[in-house]
Amino acid sequence: MAKTLSEKILQIHTSEEITGPGQIVQVKVDKVLANDITAPLSIESFFKMGAKRVFDVEKVILVCDHFTPNKDIKSAEQVKKVREFAQEQGIVHYYEGGDVGVEHALLPELGLVGPWDVVIGADSHTCTYGGLGAFATGLGSTDIAYAMAFGETWFKVPGSILVEIKGRLNKFVTAKDIILTVIGHIGVDGALYKALEFTGEVISDLDVEGRMTIANMAIEAGAKAGLFPADAKTLAYTSACGRQDRELVLEKDANYEREITFDATKLEPVVSCPHLPENVCPVDEVKGIKIDQVVIGSCTNGRISDLRQAAELLKGNKVAKGVRLIILPATPNIYKQALKEGLLEIFMEAGAVIGPPTCGPCLGGHMGILAAGEKCVATTNRNFKGRMGSLDSEVYLSSAYVAAASALTGYITNPKDV
Amino acid sequence: MFYKGKALKVGDHIDTDAIIPARFLVTTDMEELGKHCLSGLEENFRQKIQPDTILVAGKNFGCGSSREHAPLAILGAGIKVVVAHSFARIFYRNGFNMGLLLLELGDRVGEIAEGDLLEIDTTQNMLKNVTQNVEFELNPISEFIQKILQAGGLIPFAKQRLQGA
Repeated sequence: MAKTLSEKILQIHTSEEITGPGQIVQVKVDKVLANDITAPLSIESFFKMGAKRVFDVEKVILVCDHFTPNKDIKSAEQVKKVREFAQEQGIVHYYEGGDVGVEHALLPELGLVGPWDVVIGADSHTCTYGGLGAFATGLGSTDIAYAMAFGETWFKVPGSILVEIKGRLNKFVTAKDIILTVIGHIGVDGALYKALEFTGEVISDLDVEGRMTIANMAIEAGAKAGLFPADAKTLAYTSACGRQDRELVLEKDANYEREITFDATKLEPVVSCPHLPENVCPVDEVKGIKIDQVVIGSCTNGRISDLRQAAELLKGNKVAKGVRLIILPATPNIYKQALKEGLLEIFMEAGAVIGPPTCGPCLGGHMGILAAGEKCVATTNRNFKGRMGSLDSEVYLSSAYVAAASALTGYITNPKDV
Repeated sequence: MFYKGKALKVGDHIDTDAIIPARFLVTTDMEELGKHCLSGLEENFRQKIQPDTILVAGKNFGCGSSREHAPLAILGAGIKVVVAHSFARIFYRNGFNMGLLLLELGDRVGEIAEGDLLEIDTTQNMLKNVTQNVEFELNPISEFIQKILQAGGLIPFAKQRLQGA
């Protein structure tokens, strides 16, 4: 019997024979990740367990990206705690200051994650690396502490849902529109405890960044992981990041619990309306809603391809009066690349604020908090009540195209109308 | 374990930003987090929580971020048990790891009314609604998770392993 992508990867990380969904297996992990919000709790749990040294100083990664540059004294204290732990343990991959990027954009570009890896992180969007063909999932801080000590964790082997995306994408329709459409279709608990595994013509055509955008939001459907095959494109990407990987092939006759098929040819740009990611509709249904802020950034859509999309619409135009456009390139490399390509100049000429790589406003941390009654279009991943500030504010999730178009008009806007 | 208390109901898809908004994640202190328990749902939700409150939720409780501060905030507010239709998976692991008892009841959770007196006996896998005089069988907890529970949570479980017990 053919195995799902999840089963294939888990199998090479466990001594137990994987027989199917529901089985609990002990799994060796390739990388263990935590950030400035979750690492302090992991460190406390690590020492409470009686652990003294991390299992491998090359495989534990600490990225201070959420409330950095430190937004207040308390967050500075948290980062200090992580920094001191990293120094004391001799952690090789500790990132802060000018080295830091949003973790799930940073790790792939540093070649720290790739196909066939098992990666766990104390951050729910760890599932992003599924875009490269890794089995990657978020866990809590204490589960991460356990893995920091032992280099392993337990998993219930997930059942898998096959998502096939057929056809071709229209102009201004992106990976973000695909994943929002999938979430809108199956709901925020539609893949609870399951893995989403992606295939189809559109998936083969997508670049690796787009695949990571889709995998990133698998958690927004409740999924444990979102996985893609690793093909020639993946291997070219990870090889450019200094890795040597091998293909990971999806077999459609594996034990998939459910199959979902979409024809992307009919797809139009969509937005996810407040206050759940599943509230998805074509942008035309909500166009004309007045907005106060636009955020382009995050682990979902803060990569160079997103900045290029934004620049395509912003070039030579001005952001509408009364709208704050905040652009946060997700890593220092993306920032530099945008500088080289002249994108930052386009953004500044348009009247945008360009901030440092940080999660910042995505989770209502800093650098773009909303007041009561304010509305924001964001390329981020969650629009829960109060996520970006006041409980009475609203977040609409979209691609960089829709976000940039909306920044120009001051209303939610279809990119084809600007 | 045996628990007795009054049902305090919340809806479907209560996310971790509702349980503990990100602006309060600048501490790991349970008591401090507890002061803001569910303040992302209602500003002063903490005032509704009594010493014997059993939180009763709908589908997908704890969806969203992986923050372990979420079960800590619930424990810090004095709640020891959450009964739900279903739980989001990261939250489910975190709850047990922190020693918060999470019980899945499926569709029948809708039959519990606000303020109902509930009795839970985990050894019998039963939940009794004393007010309505009905009993529900709980979805069983997996064997491996029971081992973690028996150890008293993941920290003592890990401690035993490090000591070679």
